[in-house]
Amino acid sequence: MSWEDEAKRVADGIRRRVTAFTLKNGGGYLSQACSSAEILATLYTKVMNLGPSVAPPVPPPFSGVPGKDPNYTTGAGYNGPKEPHLDRFFISPVHYALVLYATLVETGRMAEKGLAMFNQDGSRVEMIGAEHSPGHELMAGSLGQALSQVIGIALARREHGETGRNFVFMSDGEFMIGQTWEALETLAFYQLDSVIAYIDANGQSADGRIDEVMRIEPLKERIEAFGAVAVEVDGHDVRALEAAARTPHEGKALFVIARTNPYCGVEVLAERAPKFHYIRFTKPEEREALERFYEEKWGQRDDA
Amino acid sequence: MTLETQVHQKNLVKWAADKPEVVVFSADLTSSTEVRMFAETYPDRFYSFGMTEQNMMSAAGGMAREGFTPWVHTFAVFLYRRALDQIQMSVAYPNLRVRIVGFLPGITTPGGATHQAIEDVAIMRAVPNMTVLETGDATDVETVLDVAQAVDGPVYIRMLRGQIPRLFTEPLRLGKARHLKKGSDLALFTAGITTEEAMRATEVLEARGVSISHLHVTTHKPFNDPAVLEAIENARYGVITFENHTTVGGLGSEVAEVMAEAGVGKKLLRLGIPDTYAHGGSRPYLMRYYGLDALALVRGVERLLGEELGIEEEDLKAVRLEPVHGDYKAEAL
Repeated sequence: MSWEDEAKRVADGIRRRVTAFTLKNGGGYLSQACSSAEILATLYTKVMNLGPSVAPPVPPPFSGVPGKDPNYTTGAGYNGPKEPHLDRFFISPVHYALVLYATLVETGRMAEKGLAMFNQDGSRVEMIGAEHSPGHELMAGSLGQALSQVIGIALARREHGETGRNFVFMSDGEFMIGQTWEALETLAFYQLDSVIAYIDANGQSADGRIDEVMRIEPLKERIEAFGAVAVEVDGHDVRALEAAARTPHEGKALFVIARTNPYCGVEVLAERAPKFHYIRFTKPEEREALERFYEEKWGQRDDA
Repeated sequence: MTLETQVHQKNLVKWAADKPEVVVFSADLTSSTEVRMFAETYPDRFYSFGMTEQNMMSAAGGMAREGFTPWVHTFAVFLYRRALDQIQMSVAYPNLRVRIVGFLPGITTPGGATHQAIEDVAIMRAVPNMTVLETGDATDVETVLDVAQAVDGPVYIRMLRGQIPRLFTEPLRLGKARHLKKGSDLALFTAGITTEEAMRATEVLEARGVSISHLHVTTHKPFNDPAVLEAIENARYGVITFENHTTVGGLGSEVAEVMAEAGVGKKLLRLGIPDTYAHGGSRPYLMRYYGLDALALVRGVERLLGEELGIEEEDLKAVRLEPVHGDYKAEAL
C-alpha cells in the first residue's frame, strides 16, 4: 500500500470511530474529526519521525495527578520514546482528544480496548485530554498555552543539541488568543526552526463561524508578519499536507495552515451549518440520519 | 543592623556558578529585578521574554520538563495576576521545577496599585503543588535560593530588592519560622518587611513589661511548623499577625487556620493592608498610611491587651537593631 493510501485509510478510520462514539454517547466533537482526520493521519503515518509506542496498549486507569501520584506518567509514550533525534508531537486543542485517540488506534499505538475507556469515570482516556491522556504530553485545555510550552521544550532541546523536531497541532480559534501571538514573537526572536505547527483551519469555534466571532484572518499574512514561515494547503489532501512539512524555513518556525471543512467525510452534518463545535442530537431524526449515514458508509457498528 | 544593596544581584551570580541547570527568564525588567549581572555573566543561560508574561510562564514549564530549572523574574503582579492560568496549567499542575521570583511585595513600591502585590500570598497559597516562600532580610534573600532549588515542584518567592537590612545570620529553612523572641503574653507572627518593624516595636514593648513570642515566617506554604502552634498555645492574651499583604488569605489566615483546626479559642488580631488596594507613595508614608509600621503594631498590641502603654514614635526610633544570631535556637535568644 502506498503511504498515501495508508494515510487515507487512517483518516477514514478516524472518522468512522469518532462517528461511532458520537452515536454511542449521544454527542461529541465530531466535526473536529472531519476537519483534522487527514492532518493527523499524514503527520502520524508519514511526516513525523516517531519511534514505536512505549506505553501500555491499554491505558492504565487514572492514578492521580502530578505531585500526588509517585508513579505518574504523561501520555507521551504513545508517541514513542523521547530520543534526541526523534520528533515530538504536542496537541494544543485537546477537545480533539477523541480524534487523537482514534489516530493512535488506527496507527497501532493504542489498543481498541483503550478507546472503549473514552469518557468513562476513572479513566485517563478523557473527553478533554489532560497530559496523562494517551498521545498527550502537555496540559493544553486552556487554549493557547501549548505553543509557548513547546517554546520552552524547543529551547531546552536546542541547548541539549537535540536534532528532533517539535510538531504542534493547533486550531485556528487559538489565533484569537494574545498568548499565541506572544509565542510567535518568541519563536522568531529565538529563531526556533525546530517548531512546526499544523493548524486545523476549519473556520469554526465554539460559537460558530470564526469570522462572526473574531477577526483572525488573513492568517497567512499575519503569521508571516510575525516572523514565521506560513504555507496554506488543502487540509484534506494528504500529499499537500506532506509536502508542506518540507517547506524551507531555516531560522524560522513553520506554520502549515490546513484549510479544512468541518463536515468532510461525514457530509450529512452539512445541514448543521454554522454550528459544528459539538455535535448533539436535538431530535430523533438527526440521530437517525447519522446512523443511516454510518451504515451506508461503514456498515454495522461494532457497539450497536 | 546593616543595610545592604543589590543582594540578589550579586548572590545569584555566585550561587548559579556551579548549577548549569539554572536558567533565568526575564520579562523586560532585567535591571529592576537584579538579574542584569546574571545576564552579563551567563548570557547562554539568560532568556529574554519581553513583556510576554503568559508566554514566558508556559515556556518556563516547557523548559522545566526538559531538565532545566527556570528562575522566572519579574514584578510579582505580572506573574500571579496576569499569568495565573499559565502558572496553574503550564507549571503547577505538572508539578514542574519552576521558581517564580516575584518582586515588589505589598507596599514596597511607589508604583501604586498596578505594581503592588498585595494579595499574592493568598492566591499562590491556593494553587495546588505550590510552595510559597517570603524573604525579610538579606540573609533570607540569599539563602532562599538553596531552599527553593531543593523543592521538587514549583515555588513562589516573595523577593526583596534594593536596600535590604541584614537581620539574621543563619540560613532560611523550609517550613521553619525564625524564632526571634520567646514570651508568654502574646504570640506575634510577622513576614517580609514587617519583621524589621516588629523588631523595633518588640524591644520597646518588652521594656514596658509585655512578654512576646515573635516568629518571623518565611514559609507560607506548607504552613506546618509546630513552633507556630506552640507559640499560640503559650500566649496568655492572644495572637497578632502583622503582614505586608491584605488581611485576607495571607499570614493572618494561615495562623487563623492553625488556631481553628487546633481548637485554640484565643483572640487573633490580623494587622496588614485592610482589604483595600493601595496607592503610590514613599515607603514610610505607605507604611504609616496602611498601618504597617512599628507604631501600628504597638497600637495593635495595646488593643489586644486592653491597655495603653504610653509608647510614642520617639521611643521606637531610638531602637538599635542587631542581627539575630542562632535564631532557630531558643537558648541563644
